[in-house]
Amino acid sequence: MRNYNKLIFELSKKNRKGYSLPPIDVESKALSSYIPDEYVRKSENNFPEVSENDIVRHYVNISNKNYGVDTGFYPLGSCTMKYNPKINEDMAQLFTTIHPLQDESLSQGALKLMYNLSSSLAEVTGMEKVTLTPFAGAHGELTGMMIMKAYHEKNKDYKRTKVIIPDSAHGTNPASANVAGFDIIEIKSNEDGTVNIESLKAALNDEIAGIMLTNPNTLGIFEKDIAQITKLVHEAGGLLYYDGANFNAAMGEVRPGDMGFDIIHLNIHKTFSTPHGGGGPGSGPVGVCKKLIDFLPKPEVICKDGVYSLKEDLPDSIGRLGNFYGNFGVMVKAYTYILSMGKEGLKKASQMAVLNANYLQKRLKNHYLLPIEGVCKHEFVLSGLVDKSTGVTALDIAKALLEMGYHAPTIYFPLIVDQALMIEPTETESLETLNQFVEAMIKIADLAKTDPEYLKHAPYNTPVRRLDEATAARNPILRYINEDNN
Amino acid sequence: MKVIQGLYYSKEHEWVRVDGDKAYVGITDHAQHALGDIVFVELPEVDTEVKKEEVLGVVESVKAASDMFTPISGTVLEVNENLDDSPELLNQEPYENYVAVLSMSDKSELDELMNSEEYIQFCENN
Amino acid sequence: MSNKYIPHTDSDILEMLEKIGVSSINDLFKDIPSDVKLTRELNLNPSLSEIEVRKVLNDLAKSNGNDLVCFLGAGSYDHYIPSIINHITSRSEFYTAYTPYQPEVAQGTLQYIFEFQSLLTELTGMEVSNASMYDGATSCAEAIMMAVHQTKRKKVLVSSSMHPNTIEVIKTYGHFNGFEIILLENESGILCEENLHEKLDKEVACVVVSNPNFYGLLENPASYVDKIHQNKSLLIMSVNPITLSILKTPGEIGADIVCGDAQSLGIPLSYGGPYLGFLCTSKKLMRKLPGRIVGQTVDVDGKRAFVLTLQAREQHIRRERANSNICSNQSLMALVATVYMATMGKQGIVEVAEQNIQKAHYAYEQMIALKQFEPVFTAPFFNEFVVKTNVNYKVINEALKAVNIIGGLHLGQFDKSLNNHILFCVTEKRTKDEIDKLISVLGGLK
Repeated sequence: MRNYNKLIFELSKKNRKGYSLPPIDVESKALSSYIPDEYVRKSENNFPEVSENDIVRHYVNISNKNYGVDTGFYPLGSCTMKYNPKINEDMAQLFTTIHPLQDESLSQGALKLMYNLSSSLAEVTGMEKVTLTPFAGAHGELTGMMIMKAYHEKNKDYKRTKVIIPDSAHGTNPASANVAGFDIIEIKSNEDGTVNIESLKAALNDEIAGIMLTNPNTLGIFEKDIAQITKLVHEAGGLLYYDGANFNAAMGEVRPGDMGFDIIHLNIHKTFSTPHGGGGPGSGPVGVCKKLIDFLPKPEVICKDGVYSLKEDLPDSIGRLGNFYGNFGVMVKAYTYILSMGKEGLKKASQMAVLNANYLQKRLKNHYLLPIEGVCKHEFVLSGLVDKSTGVTALDIAKALLEMGYHAPTIYFPLIVDQALMIEPTETESLETLNQFVEAMIKIADLAKTDPEYLKHAPYNTPVRRLDEATAARNPILRYINEDNN
Repeated sequence: MKVIQGLYYSKEHEWVRVDGDKAYVGITDHAQHALGDIVFVELPEVDTEVKKEEVLGVVESVKAASDMFTPISGTVLEVNENLDDSPELLNQEPYENYVAVLSMSDKSELDELMNSEEYIQFCENN
Repeated sequence: MSNKYIPHTDSDILEMLEKIGVSSINDLFKDIPSDVKLTRELNLNPSLSEIEVRKVLNDLAKSNGNDLVCFLGAGSYDHYIPSIINHITSRSEFYTAYTPYQPEVAQGTLQYIFEFQSLLTELTGMEVSNASMYDGATSCAEAIMMAVHQTKRKKVLVSSSMHPNTIEVIKTYGHFNGFEIILLENESGILCEENLHEKLDKEVACVVVSNPNFYGLLENPASYVDKIHQNKSLLIMSVNPITLSILKTPGEIGADIVCGDAQSLGIPLSYGGPYLGFLCTSKKLMRKLPGRIVGQTVDVDGKRAFVLTLQAREQHIRRERANSNICSNQSLMALVATVYMATMGKQGIVEVAEQNIQKAHYAYEQMIALKQFEPVFTAPFFNEFVVKTNVNYKVINEALKAVNIIGGLHLGQFDKSLNNHILFCVTEKRTKDEIDKLISVLGGLK
């Protein structure tokens, strides 16, 4: 059924149905006696009419066109596509019937879980306090930048309107800082993506609110001068923000709090094994140092005499960030993971993630250009093939990997590396899987010499082949239009 | 890379064709090539006043969105509405398809732009 | 020490270290300066087995109130969830995939998002939908930022009959992003048009109104949408999509941007999340729409295919010049809503809305017939309503808790002038017996 190519609308047949509702058992009146005519929808809806079996087969068939971590190796750099333990999913199902506004006496388990998860994350990161409210990594960044701004506002230090971001940063960093109302000062990185101390010094002044960094950085290199960097930024009156996208290299080994960071976010859906869900829901907890606790978003989960509750009265808080308390269901999965792994398991996860990355780096560097030599952390970046004469690009390599049954690495990021292929194997992959991947990569490197045209037109046997993205963007078709009705 | 004689060029890879007090502004062949398949052009509104180096419009390709800075100050007289439906015209004939026409407020600004030889040199060095 | 999620045997580790050319795992962390390195164990529990983990989580789950009959709404609704949904979203091809950056191997995700966009535009009567957002409140904030960018104006008029939490969220965004929230007064629980006309000046980017509003009432934006447009401002409507098979659509009303939370469409209560924000707009504003968007195209063989499109607007390309920093969607939740909408289908989506209206009105009429409760507002409502009572809300909720019922929301906690006002919600899931039981408990209170 790989060639299945229908939309749900195309299965529709008049008067078929996939639902059942009980008959209305209350005394009912004509709808018009409750909803006046001018408030009533005039057009008929064009929803499909399909049976339950139709729907199940439809989605099972289209699911077969997806590649997930459960399908195979997913070395997507910066995304930490580790295996998602099944018990996490089961445990989340235990908490689906709690209403967010029901009396706190009826939500003690949920509140306790949040409290414990928050404390565990504070311990792993070395931060004083962690909020679980942000919905995703980018939302965590935005939260963090709001906290940074609120801190300077509280100190009446209004001229600190600029944030320093290295050119190797994730694209969300400048976007988040901008949405929080900051101007961005981009500084050039060293070749290995680390902060150039001289550029940093030159950029620091009394208009700088802070800096956004990730460590290890986007090239998988640990920022060795981190102590000096934090000292310089703090002396200039700025705060340091830690983008936790790369935290999978650090658990049990090094903590952003100990490095001197003031604000951090984590991606629970990366480091703490909750699934990516095809793009979400994620969860992006934010941790802060002691002097920033009062600025955390509302509400705060507190525990007094063994009773858990939500504290709303937080005068210096940046405010509320969502209708309720964040993606609670995702938190259950992360908490389950932390309990399963324990202190030794989390440390081992980071160690094996780094071992896997270094092993792949070592085995690939004779065939692909490795711009930064030496030990990497949980990921590394290649700069295309060693032999550039073939015209085979990072995109071609990515597409050839799809043909060979792998997911592609992150490509064309970070921007400071030409033809970047960013590879993050994670700790949940075995030596055998890594070896098979290496063989595939070597085969691609060989094909680049012998048959580059083959690579330039790959993939061939995926559910669809290369797409016409230009037409999609020039003349966007963004929804199904039923030709019979229009 | 195609460069036409008789036009003025900016470091941001825009060209200017002067017709009396009017300036036709577009993007160069180098720019369209660097952007790749252009999929959308956000045109300025007619009557907008712009100062040199302010954002005139946005040119989007599949993988990039690039601000287009005006190389010259003035008021927007006309925009090339053909680009609404066919943004790919900027890929096909970058010098035939202007983005906007400005009435120049300071013709001396033209002196700060490059001629075709200087522009070729500039592209080679960058 | 082995771990079932980490496959490395001792001999694997030795083999790999040898290949890398280092002698120990610690050598791989030598680049971390000793002054920042963690030299102690993490202060966490030791690893637990699956049986032990289950016990901990089961105990936590048991200390919540479970399987209660819920008459509480206010942004989180206890609707019927068809069995089919969990079976489809439990397919790990869906839930263990990343954002569909490699469309050749992500057609499953891309196609259901395309279907989601199609169904949402069908419900809202708008032309374009994105692939979803975090939740209703943040989608409202994104809608406002979109309007502020489009109009280049900074004032935002917001109906004070919106959910108070949503108002707080958009105030948070406004404070930092630099737009100003001005609340419009209510009259009998709905937006006061006179007050809108007074405040609608040339600096107003948009007017934000929610329908139904926080009190469950239907607003009437059709009567002032033209005034808003004449002022070159935009109308943003925050809606509950489950109402829109019956209520006039934002498209029919003439709204420019539509936001809201689609939790009602098959997503469980889950203590407030994950839910499903959404954002729809007109074709005219399509290229200002933040977030992921999926479009239809063809592959090199001419086969229909789907792909993330209009990405040039986004943060990974525009960086600090992007209109939004949104980088993901609530993809799996969009799948839930898609399967829900497909399952209910053309008839079911109407029938479920009608059952909400009928059951809520039955409950309302029974309740105001009691001497302890009186009506408050007169505007039409969907499945939520406010009543006033002289009985203390704590007494009410305790009495209901004793019979496993979760009562309504006391509005005095948001607004002192609404002390002793309670917001009840009745969905299609409530039976006549449950409603009658609620009424009989309430009728016995003093």
